[in-house]
Amino acid sequence: MISEIAKNSLRFLILVLLQTLIIKNIALGTYFVPLPYIMFLLMLPFETMPLLVLILSFVIGLTVDVFYDSQGIHASACVVLGFARFYSLKLLSPREGYEVTMKPTVQMMGNAWFLYYALPLILTHHLFFFFLEEFGFEDAEFTLLKVVGSTFVTFVFVYIFQFLFYRKDGIAA
Amino acid sequence: MRNLLSLLYKYHYFILFVALQIICVLLMFKNKTYQSTAIFNSSNAVSSNLYSAVANSREYFGLKEENKKLAEENALLRSLMKSSFDILNNSEPVFIKNDSLFRKKYNYHAAKVINSTSNLDKNYLTLNIGSNQGVLKDQAVINSEGVVGVIKDVSANFSTATSLLHKEQKIICKVKKDGSYGPLSWDGSDYRYATLTDIATHVRLVIGDTICTSAISDYFPEGINVGVVEKFERKQGDAFYTVKVRLKTNFKKLNYVYVIGNNYRAEKDSLEKLLSNPIKIK
Repeated sequence: MISEIAKNSLRFLILVLLQTLIIKNIALGTYFVPLPYIMFLLMLPFETMPLLVLILSFVIGLTVDVFYDSQGIHASACVVLGFARFYSLKLLSPREGYEVTMKPTVQMMGNAWFLYYALPLILTHHLFFFFLEEFGFEDAEFTLLKVVGSTFVTFVFVYIFQFLFYRKDGIAA
Repeated sequence: MRNLLSLLYKYHYFILFVALQIICVLLMFKNKTYQSTAIFNSSNAVSSNLYSAVANSREYFGLKEENKKLAEENALLRSLMKSSFDILNNSEPVFIKNDSLFRKKYNYHAAKVINSTSNLDKNYLTLNIGSNQGVLKDQAVINSEGVVGVIKDVSANFSTATSLLHKEQKIICKVKKDGSYGPLSWDGSDYRYATLTDIATHVRLVIGDTICTSAISDYFPEGINVGVVEKFERKQGDAFYTVKVRLKTNFKKLNYVYVIGNNYRAEKDSLEKLLSNPIKIK
Protein backbone atom coordinates (compact mmCIF):
# COMPACT_ATOMS: atom_id res chain seq x y z
CA MET A 1 0.00 0.00 0.00
CA ILE A 2 2.81 2.36 0.97
CA SER A 3 4.65 1.57 -2.23
CA GLU A 4 1.44 2.25 -4.16
CA ILE A 5 1.33 5.75 -2.66
CA ALA A 6 5.02 6.29 -3.41
CA LYS A 7 4.59 5.08 -6.98
CA ASN A 8 1.65 7.36 -7.59
CA SER A 9 3.40 10.36 -6.03
CA LEU A 10 6.39 9.73 -8.25
CA ARG A 11 4.13 9.45 -11.27
CA PHE A 12 2.48 12.75 -10.27
CA LEU A 13 5.85 14.45 -10.12
CA ILE A 14 7.16 13.00 -13.36
CA LEU A 15 4.00 13.77 -15.31
CA VAL A 16 3.73 17.35 -14.04
CA LEU A 17 7.39 18.05 -14.83
CA LEU A 18 7.11 16.39 -18.22
CA GLN A 19 4.01 18.40 -19.05
CA THR A 20 5.21 21.79 -17.86
CA LEU A 21 8.87 21.67 -18.84
CA ILE A 22 8.84 19.67 -22.06
CA ILE A 23 5.44 19.04 -23.58
CA LYS A 24 4.35 22.64 -23.01
CA ASN A 25 7.05 23.71 -25.44
CA ILE A 26 6.11 21.23 -28.14
CA ALA A 27 4.18 22.98 -30.89
CA LEU A 28 2.26 20.55 -33.07
CA GLY A 29 0.01 23.25 -34.53
CA THR A 30 -3.00 25.15 -33.28
CA TYR A 31 -5.34 22.19 -33.24
CA PHE A 32 -3.07 19.78 -31.41
CA VAL A 33 -2.36 20.58 -27.77
CA PRO A 34 -1.26 17.44 -25.93
CA LEU A 35 -2.11 17.32 -22.21
CA PRO A 36 -0.95 13.84 -21.20
CA TYR A 37 -0.48 14.72 -17.51
CA ILE A 38 -4.14 13.78 -16.98
CA MET A 39 -2.92 10.20 -17.35
CA PHE A 40 -2.09 10.42 -13.65
CA LEU A 41 -5.82 10.40 -12.90
CA LEU A 42 -6.51 7.60 -15.36
CA MET A 43 -3.78 5.45 -13.80
CA LEU A 44 -4.89 5.70 -10.18
CA PRO A 45 -5.64 2.22 -8.79
CA PHE A 46 -9.21 0.93 -9.11
CA GLU A 47 -9.72 0.87 -5.36
CA THR A 48 -8.82 4.57 -4.85
CA MET A 49 -11.63 6.29 -2.99
CA PRO A 50 -13.72 8.44 -5.36
CA LEU A 51 -13.42 11.38 -2.97
CA LEU A 52 -9.65 11.09 -3.02
CA VAL A 53 -9.71 10.98 -6.83
CA LEU A 54 -11.62 14.26 -6.86
CA ILE A 55 -9.18 15.91 -4.47
CA LEU A 56 -6.17 14.62 -6.41
CA SER A 57 -7.74 15.91 -9.65
CA PHE A 58 -8.01 19.33 -8.09
CA VAL A 59 -4.44 19.22 -6.82
CA ILE A 60 -2.83 18.14 -10.10
CA GLY A 61 -4.98 20.61 -12.04
CA LEU A 62 -3.98 23.46 -9.79
CA THR A 63 -0.31 22.46 -9.96
CA VAL A 64 -0.38 22.57 -13.75
CA ASP A 65 -2.36 25.83 -13.61
CA VAL A 66 0.50 27.42 -11.70
CA PHE A 67 2.90 26.60 -14.52
CA TYR A 68 0.49 27.55 -17.30
CA ASP A 69 -0.68 30.78 -15.62
CA SER A 70 -4.22 29.67 -16.34
CA GLN A 71 -5.86 30.19 -12.92
CA GLY A 72 -8.17 27.28 -12.27
CA ILE A 73 -8.92 26.19 -15.83
CA HIS A 74 -6.85 23.01 -15.64
CA ALA A 75 -8.11 22.35 -12.11
CA SER A 76 -11.73 22.69 -13.19
CA ALA A 77 -11.34 20.37 -16.19
CA CYS A 78 -9.42 17.82 -14.11
CA VAL A 79 -12.11 17.77 -11.44
CA VAL A 80 -14.66 17.04 -14.17
CA LEU A 81 -12.44 14.20 -15.35
CA GLY A 82 -12.08 12.83 -11.81
CA PHE A 83 -15.83 13.01 -11.39
CA ALA A 84 -16.50 11.20 -14.65
CA ARG A 85 -13.90 8.51 -13.93
CA PHE A 86 -16.09 7.08 -11.16
CA TYR A 87 -18.98 6.49 -13.57
CA SER A 88 -16.75 5.27 -16.36
CA LEU A 89 -15.20 2.64 -14.09
CA LYS A 90 -18.64 1.59 -12.89
CA LEU A 91 -19.86 1.22 -16.45
CA LEU A 92 -16.84 -0.75 -17.64
CA SER A 93 -16.46 -2.96 -14.57
CA PRO A 94 -16.37 -6.73 -15.18
CA ARG A 95 -19.38 -8.69 -13.86
CA GLU A 96 -17.54 -9.83 -10.76
CA GLY A 97 -15.97 -6.43 -10.10
CA TYR A 98 -12.34 -5.41 -10.26
CA GLU A 99 -9.78 -7.64 -8.61
CA VAL A 100 -7.24 -6.21 -6.21
CA THR A 101 -4.34 -7.10 -8.48
CA MET A 102 -5.86 -5.36 -11.49
CA LYS A 103 -4.54 -2.00 -12.67
CA PRO A 104 -6.15 0.29 -15.26
CA THR A 105 -3.44 -0.24 -17.85
CA VAL A 106 -3.27 -1.47 -21.42
CA GLN A 107 -1.18 -4.44 -20.42
CA MET A 108 -3.60 -5.55 -17.72
CA MET A 109 -6.98 -4.75 -19.23
CA GLY A 110 -6.31 -4.97 -22.95
CA ASN A 111 -6.45 -2.45 -25.77
CA ALA A 112 -10.23 -2.41 -26.20
CA TRP A 113 -10.96 -1.85 -22.54
CA PHE A 114 -8.36 0.91 -22.35
CA LEU A 115 -9.77 2.64 -25.42
CA TYR A 116 -13.30 2.61 -23.96
CA TYR A 117 -11.93 3.83 -20.64
CA ALA A 118 -9.41 6.50 -21.62
CA LEU A 119 -10.77 8.03 -24.82
CA PRO A 120 -14.17 9.25 -23.50
CA LEU A 121 -12.53 10.58 -20.34
CA ILE A 122 -9.83 12.44 -22.27
CA LEU A 123 -12.51 13.81 -24.61
CA THR A 124 -14.58 15.01 -21.64
CA HIS A 125 -11.58 16.70 -20.10
CA HIS A 126 -10.56 18.40 -23.34
CA LEU A 127 -14.11 19.53 -24.10
CA PHE A 128 -14.28 21.26 -20.73
CA PHE A 129 -10.74 22.53 -20.89
CA PHE A 130 -10.82 24.15 -24.32
CA PHE A 131 -14.27 25.67 -23.93
CA LEU A 132 -13.24 27.10 -20.57
CA GLU A 133 -10.05 28.42 -22.11
CA GLU A 134 -12.02 30.01 -24.94
CA PHE A 135 -14.62 31.16 -22.43
CA GLY A 136 -17.63 31.06 -24.70
CA PHE A 137 -19.13 29.42 -27.72
CA GLU A 138 -18.39 32.14 -30.27
CA ASP A 139 -15.75 30.17 -32.10
CA ALA A 140 -17.26 26.77 -31.33
CA GLU A 141 -16.19 25.19 -34.61
CA PHE A 142 -12.55 26.11 -34.06
CA THR A 143 -12.66 24.98 -30.44
CA LEU A 144 -14.29 21.66 -31.36
CA LEU A 145 -11.60 20.94 -33.94
CA LYS A 146 -9.04 21.75 -31.28
CA VAL A 147 -10.77 19.38 -28.85
CA VAL A 148 -10.80 16.53 -31.37
CA GLY A 149 -7.21 17.05 -32.51
CA SER A 150 -5.89 17.41 -28.97
CA THR A 151 -7.83 14.38 -27.73
CA PHE A 152 -6.17 12.37 -30.44
CA VAL A 153 -2.60 13.49 -29.61
CA THR A 154 -3.16 13.22 -25.85
CA PHE A 155 -4.42 9.68 -26.30
CA VAL A 156 -1.36 8.78 -28.38
CA PHE A 157 0.92 10.25 -25.70
CA VAL A 158 -0.95 8.43 -22.92
CA TYR A 159 -0.82 5.17 -24.84
CA ILE A 160 2.95 5.48 -25.34
CA PHE A 161 3.53 6.48 -21.71
CA GLN A 162 1.76 3.29 -20.65
CA PHE A 163 4.82 1.42 -21.80
CA LEU A 164 7.10 3.82 -19.93
CA PHE A 165 5.40 3.42 -16.58
CA TYR A 166 4.53 -0.25 -16.70
CA ARG A 167 6.46 -3.38 -17.44
CA LYS A 168 5.12 -5.88 -19.88
CA ASP A 169 3.63 -8.12 -17.20
CA GLY A 170 1.48 -5.23 -16.02
CA ILE A 171 3.32 -4.67 -12.76
CA ALA A 172 4.01 -1.03 -12.14
CA ALA A 173 7.65 -0.20 -12.66
CA MET B 1 -31.69 16.82 10.85
CA ARG B 2 -30.92 13.15 10.47
CA ASN B 3 -32.53 13.20 7.09
CA LEU B 4 -30.40 16.13 6.10
CA LEU B 5 -27.24 14.38 7.27
CA SER B 6 -28.13 11.19 5.45
CA LEU B 7 -28.88 13.24 2.35
CA LEU B 8 -25.50 14.93 2.65
CA TYR B 9 -23.85 11.56 3.10
CA LYS B 10 -25.66 10.10 0.12
CA TYR B 11 -24.55 12.87 -2.20
CA HIS B 12 -21.18 13.67 -0.62
CA TYR B 13 -19.38 12.79 -3.85
CA PHE B 14 -21.44 15.21 -5.89
CA ILE B 15 -21.23 17.89 -3.19
CA LEU B 16 -17.43 17.74 -3.12
CA PHE B 17 -17.41 17.94 -6.92
CA VAL B 18 -19.53 21.08 -6.87
CA ALA B 19 -17.44 22.60 -4.07
CA LEU B 20 -14.18 22.08 -5.98
CA GLN B 21 -15.71 23.51 -9.14
CA ILE B 22 -16.80 26.59 -7.21
CA ILE B 23 -13.22 27.09 -6.00
CA CYS B 24 -11.98 26.79 -9.59
CA VAL B 25 -14.50 29.32 -10.86
CA LEU B 26 -13.56 31.72 -8.05
CA LEU B 27 -9.91 31.36 -9.07
CA MET B 28 -10.75 32.06 -12.69
CA PHE B 29 -12.59 35.26 -11.88
CA LYS B 30 -10.28 36.48 -9.15
CA ASN B 31 -7.36 36.85 -11.52
CA LYS B 32 -7.74 40.60 -11.70
CA THR B 33 -6.43 41.23 -8.20
CA TYR B 34 -2.78 40.65 -7.55
CA GLN B 35 -2.91 39.27 -4.00
CA SER B 36 -5.21 36.41 -4.82
CA THR B 37 -3.14 35.12 -7.70
CA ALA B 38 0.40 35.61 -6.48
CA ILE B 39 0.68 32.00 -5.34
CA PHE B 40 -1.19 30.54 -8.27
CA ASN B 41 0.86 31.81 -11.18
CA SER B 42 4.33 31.18 -12.48
CA SER B 43 5.87 34.11 -10.58
CA ASN B 44 5.65 32.15 -7.31
CA ALA B 45 8.83 30.83 -5.72
CA VAL B 46 8.61 27.14 -6.61
CA SER B 47 7.70 27.34 -10.26
CA SER B 48 9.80 30.39 -11.03
CA ASN B 49 12.92 28.81 -9.54
CA LEU B 50 12.26 25.64 -11.50
CA TYR B 51 11.81 27.64 -14.68
CA SER B 52 15.00 29.60 -13.93
CA ALA B 53 16.96 26.38 -13.66
CA VAL B 54 15.62 25.14 -16.99
CA ALA B 55 16.19 28.50 -18.68
CA ASN B 56 19.75 28.61 -17.35
CA SER B 57 20.63 25.29 -18.86
CA ARG B 58 18.89 26.06 -22.12
CA GLU B 59 20.58 29.42 -22.43
CA TYR B 60 23.84 27.83 -23.56
CA PHE B 61 22.30 26.56 -26.75
CA GLY B 62 21.37 30.05 -27.93
CA LEU B 63 24.53 31.93 -26.94
CA LYS B 64 25.85 32.35 -30.46
CA GLU B 65 22.65 33.87 -31.79
CA GLU B 66 22.22 35.98 -28.68
CA ASN B 67 25.73 37.38 -29.10
CA LYS B 68 24.98 38.33 -32.66
CA LYS B 69 21.80 40.11 -31.64
CA LEU B 70 23.59 42.02 -28.89
CA ALA B 71 26.38 43.02 -31.24
CA GLU B 72 23.85 44.29 -33.75
CA GLU B 73 22.09 46.25 -31.07
CA ASN B 74 25.38 47.71 -29.82
CA ALA B 75 26.13 48.83 -33.33
CA LEU B 76 22.74 50.50 -33.57
CA LEU B 77 23.21 52.24 -30.21
CA ARG B 78 26.69 53.39 -31.17
CA SER B 79 25.28 54.91 -34.32
CA LEU B 80 22.90 56.92 -32.13
CA MET B 81 25.63 58.14 -29.79
CA LYS B 82 26.53 61.78 -29.69
CA SER B 83 30.00 60.98 -30.98
CA SER B 84 28.45 59.60 -34.14
CA PHE B 85 27.02 62.97 -35.00
CA ASP B 86 28.74 65.98 -36.33
CA ILE B 87 27.56 69.55 -36.21
CA LEU B 88 26.25 70.66 -39.57
CA ASN B 89 28.35 73.70 -40.06
CA ASN B 90 31.49 73.60 -37.97
CA SER B 91 32.69 77.08 -38.78
CA GLU B 92 30.23 78.70 -36.36
CA PRO B 93 28.33 77.18 -33.42
CA VAL B 94 24.66 76.97 -34.35
CA PHE B 95 23.25 75.85 -31.03
CA ILE B 96 24.36 74.15 -27.87
CA LYS B 97 22.43 71.09 -26.84
CA ASN B 98 21.74 71.44 -23.14
CA ASP B 99 20.96 68.12 -21.52
CA SER B 100 18.94 69.62 -18.68
CA LEU B 101 16.32 70.59 -21.24
CA PHE B 102 15.48 66.96 -21.66
CA ARG B 103 13.61 65.04 -19.03
CA LYS B 104 14.10 61.33 -18.75
CA LYS B 105 10.86 59.65 -19.63
CA TYR B 106 11.69 55.97 -19.90
CA ASN B 107 13.70 53.60 -17.72
CA TYR B 108 15.06 50.34 -19.09
CA HIS B 109 15.67 47.18 -17.09
CA ALA B 110 17.35 44.19 -18.69
CA ALA B 111 15.67 40.87 -17.90
CA LYS B 112 15.89 37.26 -18.88
CA VAL B 113 12.87 35.29 -20.02
CA ILE B 114 12.79 32.15 -17.92
CA ASN B 115 9.55 30.79 -19.32
CA SER B 116 7.40 31.54 -22.30
CA THR B 117 4.85 29.94 -24.56
CA SER B 118 3.78 30.76 -28.07
CA ASN B 119 1.45 27.91 -28.95
CA LEU B 120 -1.55 28.69 -26.74
CA ASP B 121 -4.41 31.18 -27.16
CA LYS B 122 -3.18 33.21 -24.25
CA ASN B 123 0.57 33.23 -24.00
CA TYR B 124 2.57 34.51 -21.06
CA LEU B 125 6.21 35.08 -20.19
CA THR B 126 7.95 34.81 -16.85
CA LEU B 127 10.88 37.18 -16.30
CA ASN B 128 13.68 36.91 -13.75
CA ILE B 129 13.29 40.42 -12.31
CA GLY B 130 10.55 41.73 -10.05
CA SER B 131 9.56 44.57 -7.76
CA ASN B 132 12.97 44.52 -6.02
CA GLN B 133 14.52 45.45 -9.35
CA GLY B 134 11.95 48.14 -10.06
CA VAL B 135 9.42 46.32 -12.21
CA LEU B 136 5.82 47.47 -11.90
CA LYS B 137 2.56 46.17 -13.29
CA ASP B 138 1.71 47.35 -16.83
CA GLN B 139 5.26 48.19 -17.86
CA ALA B 140 6.25 47.42 -21.44
CA VAL B 141 8.44 44.49 -22.47
CA ILE B 142 10.51 44.63 -25.66
CA ASN B 143 13.61 42.93 -26.99
CA SER B 144 16.16 43.97 -29.56
CA GLU B 145 13.85 42.81 -32.36
CA GLY B 146 10.63 44.49 -31.29
CA VAL B 147 7.62 44.49 -29.00
CA VAL B 148 7.18 41.48 -26.71
CA GLY B 149 4.39 42.19 -24.21
CA VAL B 150 3.16 43.96 -21.08
CA ILE B 151 3.90 43.11 -17.41
CA LYS B 152 0.93 41.46 -15.72
CA ASP B 153 1.90 40.42 -12.19
CA VAL B 154 5.00 41.16 -10.14
CA SER B 155 6.50 39.34 -7.17
CA ALA B 156 9.66 40.28 -5.27
CA ASN B 157 12.15 38.77 -7.74
CA PHE B 158 10.07 37.60 -10.67
CA SER B 159 7.34 38.93 -12.88
CA THR B 160 4.91 37.59 -15.43
CA ALA B 161 3.94 39.36 -18.62
CA THR B 162 1.17 38.90 -21.15
CA SER B 163 2.79 38.27 -24.47
CA LEU B 164 1.75 40.15 -27.59
CA LEU B 165 0.48 36.69 -28.53
CA HIS B 166 -2.49 36.90 -26.17
CA LYS B 167 -6.01 37.03 -27.52
CA GLU B 168 -7.11 39.86 -25.25
CA GLN B 169 -3.96 41.93 -25.56
CA LYS B 170 -4.30 45.05 -27.72
CA ILE B 171 -1.45 47.46 -28.38
CA ILE B 172 -1.87 50.72 -30.27
CA CYS B 173 0.47 50.74 -33.25
CA LYS B 174 1.00 53.06 -36.17
CA VAL B 175 2.13 52.91 -39.74
CA LYS B 176 5.59 54.41 -39.43
CA LYS B 177 5.59 56.50 -42.59
CA ASP B 178 2.41 58.49 -41.96
CA GLY B 179 1.48 57.94 -38.32
CA SER B 180 -2.07 56.64 -38.72
CA TYR B 181 -2.70 54.29 -35.86
CA GLY B 182 -4.97 51.46 -34.79
CA PRO B 183 -5.10 48.55 -32.33
CA LEU B 184 -2.89 45.55 -33.03
CA SER B 185 -4.28 42.23 -31.86
CA TRP B 186 -3.52 38.56 -32.26
CA ASP B 187 -6.07 36.00 -33.38
CA GLY B 188 -4.56 33.00 -31.65
CA SER B 189 -3.45 31.07 -34.71
CA ASP B 190 0.03 31.83 -36.06
CA TYR B 191 2.78 33.17 -33.80
CA ARG B 192 4.41 35.01 -36.71
CA TYR B 193 1.48 37.25 -37.64
CA ALA B 194 -0.78 39.76 -35.93
CA THR B 195 -3.63 41.92 -37.19
CA LEU B 196 -3.74 45.71 -37.25
CA THR B 197 -7.22 47.16 -37.69
CA ASP B 198 -8.81 50.61 -38.05
CA ILE B 199 -6.31 51.98 -40.56
CA ALA B 200 -8.19 54.51 -42.71
CA THR B 201 -8.43 53.61 -46.38
CA HIS B 202 -6.86 56.85 -47.56
CA VAL B 203 -3.53 55.71 -46.16
CA ARG B 204 -1.36 54.50 -49.04
CA LEU B 205 -0.17 51.22 -47.63
CA VAL B 206 2.51 49.24 -49.42
CA ILE B 207 3.46 45.68 -48.61
CA GLY B 208 6.63 45.89 -46.55
CA ASP B 209 5.72 49.10 -44.71
CA THR B 210 7.01 49.22 -41.15
CA ILE B 211 4.55 49.10 -38.26
CA CYS B 212 5.81 50.50 -34.97
CA THR B 213 4.44 51.55 -31.59
CA SER B 214 2.61 54.85 -31.37
CA ALA B 215 3.02 57.69 -28.87
CA ILE B 216 -0.68 57.23 -28.07
CA SER B 217 0.24 54.08 -26.20
CA ASP B 218 1.55 55.21 -22.86
CA TYR B 219 3.15 51.82 -22.28
CA PHE B 220 5.64 51.71 -25.10
CA PRO B 221 8.02 54.46 -26.18
CA GLU B 222 7.23 55.70 -29.66
CA GLY B 223 8.79 53.97 -32.62
CA ILE B 224 9.57 50.50 -31.27
CA ASN B 225 9.44 48.04 -34.15
CA VAL B 226 6.48 45.70 -34.31
CA GLY B 227 6.58 44.26 -37.78
CA VAL B 228 6.02 44.82 -41.48
CA VAL B 229 2.87 44.80 -43.59
CA GLU B 230 2.41 41.37 -45.11
CA LYS B 231 -1.05 41.82 -46.62
CA PHE B 232 -3.89 44.31 -46.31
CA GLU B 233 -7.50 44.22 -47.33
CA ARG B 234 -10.67 46.20 -47.01
CA LYS B 235 -13.51 44.02 -45.87
CA GLN B 236 -16.93 44.42 -47.52
CA GLY B 237 -18.70 47.46 -46.08
CA ASP B 238 -15.77 48.45 -43.94
CA ALA B 239 -14.25 51.93 -44.02
CA PHE B 240 -10.94 50.67 -42.72
CA TYR B 241 -8.13 48.39 -43.79
CA THR B 242 -7.41 45.18 -41.95
CA VAL B 243 -3.65 44.70 -42.10
CA LYS B 244 -1.84 41.43 -41.61
CA VAL B 245 1.46 42.22 -39.91
CA ARG B 246 4.48 39.94 -39.97
CA LEU B 247 5.94 40.34 -36.49
CA LYS B 248 9.62 41.25 -36.11
CA THR B 249 9.95 39.50 -32.76
CA ASN B 250 10.59 35.79 -32.86
CA PHE B 251 8.39 34.58 -30.02
CA LYS B 252 9.83 31.09 -30.23
CA LYS B 253 13.26 32.36 -29.26
CA LEU B 254 12.83 34.92 -26.52
CA ASN B 255 15.85 35.15 -24.31
CA TYR B 256 16.84 38.61 -23.13
CA VAL B 257 14.28 41.40 -22.97
CA TYR B 258 14.01 44.95 -21.67
CA VAL B 259 11.30 46.09 -19.30
CA ILE B 260 10.46 49.74 -19.87
CA GLY B 261 8.98 51.96 -17.20
CA ASN B 262 7.40 55.29 -18.06
CA ASN B 263 8.26 57.84 -15.36
CA TYR B 264 5.26 59.99 -16.18
CA ARG B 265 2.56 57.39 -16.52
CA ALA B 266 1.19 57.69 -12.99
CA GLU B 267 0.81 61.42 -13.49
CA LYS B 268 -0.90 60.98 -16.84
CA ASP B 269 -3.18 58.26 -15.48
CA SER B 270 -4.29 60.30 -12.51
CA LEU B 271 -5.07 63.21 -14.80
CA GLU B 272 -7.04 61.06 -17.21
CA LYS B 273 -8.96 59.48 -14.36
CA LEU B 274 -10.68 62.82 -13.88
CA LEU B 275 -12.37 62.44 -17.26
CA SER B 276 -15.95 61.24 -17.20
CA ASN B 277 -15.07 58.24 -19.39
CA PRO B 278 -11.38 57.47 -18.79
CA ILE B 279 -9.27 56.54 -21.80
CA LYS B 280 -7.89 53.02 -21.59
CA ILE B 281 -5.21 52.25 -24.09
CA LYS B 282 -2.23 49.98 -24.05
